[in-house]
Amino acid sequence: MIDCDLSVAAPPVSALRDHLDAYWRDSVTERGLRSLEPSYEPPAGVPRRPEPEPGTTLAVVRPVSAIEALHAEDLAAALAGALNDWVRVEWLDRDPRLRGSITVAPQSPERAVSEIERVAGDHRFVQVLLPVRGEHLLGRRLLWPVHDACARHGLAVAVRPGGNVGNAITPVGWPSHLVEDLASQGQAYQSQVASLVLEGALDRHPDLRVVLVGSGVTWLPALTWRLDKNWKGVRREVPWVDRPPSESLRRGVRMTVRPFDAPPEAFVEVLAHLGSERMLLYAGGDGPVPAVDYDENARQTYARLRD
Amino acid sequence: MGPAAEIPAGGRRIVTVGGRSIGVFNVGGEFFALRNACPHQGGPLCQGVLSGFALPGQPGEYRYVRRGEILRCPWHGWEFDVRTGRSCIDPATTRVRTYPVELIPGPYIAETYEVTMEGDQVVIEV
Amino acid sequence: MATLIATGLVDCDVHNHPASDARLRPYLPERWRRHLERFGARTRHGLAQGFPYPKATPGAARVDAWPPGGGPPGSSLSFLREQLLDPLGVSFAVLNCLHAGSSQLDPELGAAVCRAVNDWQAAEWLELEPRLRASIVLPYDDGPLSAAEIDRVRGTAGAAGFVQALMLVRTVEPAGRRRYWPIYEACERHGLPLGIHFGGYGGHPISSSGWPSFYLEDHTGMAMAFQAQLVSLVLEGVFERFPGLRVVCIEGGVAWLPALAWRLDRLYDELRDEVPELLRRPSEYLREHVWMTTQPVDEPERPEHLLQVFERIGRDRLLFATDYPHWDYDDPVRAFPTPLPAGLRERVYAGNALALYGLPERPAP
Repeated sequence: MIDCDLSVAAPPVSALRDHLDAYWRDSVTERGLRSLEPSYEPPAGVPRRPEPEPGTTLAVVRPVSAIEALHAEDLAAALAGALNDWVRVEWLDRDPRLRGSITVAPQSPERAVSEIERVAGDHRFVQVLLPVRGEHLLGRRLLWPVHDACARHGLAVAVRPGGNVGNAITPVGWPSHLVEDLASQGQAYQSQVASLVLEGALDRHPDLRVVLVGSGVTWLPALTWRLDKNWKGVRREVPWVDRPPSESLRRGVRMTVRPFDAPPEAFVEVLAHLGSERMLLYAGGDGPVPAVDYDENARQTYARLRD
Repeated sequence: MGPAAEIPAGGRRIVTVGGRSIGVFNVGGEFFALRNACPHQGGPLCQGVLSGFALPGQPGEYRYVRRGEILRCPWHGWEFDVRTGRSCIDPATTRVRTYPVELIPGPYIAETYEVTMEGDQVVIEV
Repeated sequence: MATLIATGLVDCDVHNHPASDARLRPYLPERWRRHLERFGARTRHGLAQGFPYPKATPGAARVDAWPPGGGPPGSSLSFLREQLLDPLGVSFAVLNCLHAGSSQLDPELGAAVCRAVNDWQAAEWLELEPRLRASIVLPYDDGPLSAAEIDRVRGTAGAAGFVQALMLVRTVEPAGRRRYWPIYEACERHGLPLGIHFGGYGGHPISSSGWPSFYLEDHTGMAMAFQAQLVSLVLEGVFERFPGLRVVCIEGGVAWLPALAWRLDRLYDELRDEVPELLRRPSEYLREHVWMTTQPVDEPERPEHLLQVFERIGRDRLLFATDYPHWDYDDPVRAFPTPLPAGLRERVYAGNALALYGLPERPAP
């Protein structure tokens, strides 16, 4: 089984010291920056040393950090680079079953591209992580250089939970509870999908795959119905979208299957509404998930797993 | 229907023929007739804006062609080619009924018949 | 239309609009008339007139809905009768006036304009047409002012014509927050459903990654705003605190609700100790307290998928609405990609709305 989402807590910043140059090493120490733990997960909610499930042949490691929360792009880029080197040394070098995710600082598309260029030569890295809540929607043109770099190197764009850069998680402001925040991430994913397809970003690179990590999955059919309906009437606002959005989405978007919002009794219905079993990627965890050909889907999604 | 001059270029007239509402359009001197009902939800298509078509292309590219030849339903904005009645988003299967329009030299003198009333019956002598 | 539904159609979302601001002047005190002349109406977006996402059509209206006698769509009662009420066999239509009074930055001004709109609705619509009912428009981001307006309207001679209190979905804070509770208390007190309608300007981008580029995204994103409000109402425990509260989501579409309920249940099972005031799973509150208008009805590639979604939401919770005179209007016969089966049809087109709003089968002559 190919596990496409083995999440692992980013280490304390002190553990990244060996991967930072002298300026940033002293800087993080002298300024007391100790942790990149995100506020949008329960405290210590992400495991530090997860073991792949028995039977796992390959697993894509996803370091969980709030890299986007730092406002200085140079600091964020330095830490993103350190995190990637840490993934390589502490995970990929230690277990041949593991594959990596590239952390980039989305504060600067330019710096993000540089980091992708720096790391992409190591083909064990298979995707680039971007937060579902960013300063800009992912379809926006200022982020296209990041998409282009991913396409150039056969890397998937992985949209992962989290991010918190000033905009409220909901269109109606800040909710009180963590559980509301997590519920509302479903809407954050919906916005990103709409942006990617309507801005034409998804169709620019027919081979590029966007993987929605931990999105909950089952909100997608209702969104595609609404997008298709609206496109039929207001197509002329985005003339480059030359087919129903559902077509582009089914081709370009993939989703890790855990968590799966719907209960087992609804699996058959949800898969029929999705209209494609090819979109689902396995992710380890507890509880039942729909039975589809996950390994084939993973190989179709990640060019670098086909090597 | 009447003298062609009554529908100027870019203009239209909606008429009822055999119980059907039909829009007749003058597109640069050519005439086209379409059923006044959108195949989507039945909106009065021929009352819609006659506009142009933004061609598919690269994001940020707006190639705007065929001004005055694309009829947009007044309800949901579905676009139709006024020349063919075909939907712009699904030309293969979604189309509105078109009718041939013929321009015949006039003027006409219509034949008239005598109409009389016999009790409550209307009688036309042919 | 008689074959569609014998009892007559109940249209749960129709928009009336003053022909011009001058039409509201007689209902405004001199102090606020002068204020508007000198300072204008101010909302949370940058344009004095129009919309930052220009709509699909002028005023977001059906192109054929401009009254022949002039004025904007929705401004003529006679044309409303001619284009909607008569041909569709409407027995009742619920007016949801989307005048900008509700989202004024100055809450006192907003309250004054909402009072004027409500009095204008009573005098110029409800008095004149027995098939019409209306929502009480509110300066909804101010709970106490809104509750006071509900109380005031319910004390007027025309109170019976108002069957609902109205918020727009894009609030300043999530709807479960304390500032809105006085509205829910007032709704309970008067037995009025609370309508939450598409639109509004709360100042927050429609996406958590900022403002999207296109009207298409804004319109699509509105469904996410509804989702956010239901998340907040349920998880803040509003339905535990106000067990009589009935919420109607108007013009949010419908298909997203089952998926949202699943997501909330999953998260509740995992994190319920964060919200201990909730005694039941979120899906149970949604099933009991939430109604949905069907417009803009979702158009899945396979029509039976829509019926599956309807069954999950609940046959007794769906309300037909046209959204007349707006461009994304739903025609009662043709909007659904498949005819509604008997049993569901009567409920959606009339029965559920009659029960919710406490309406008789037919308008009093």
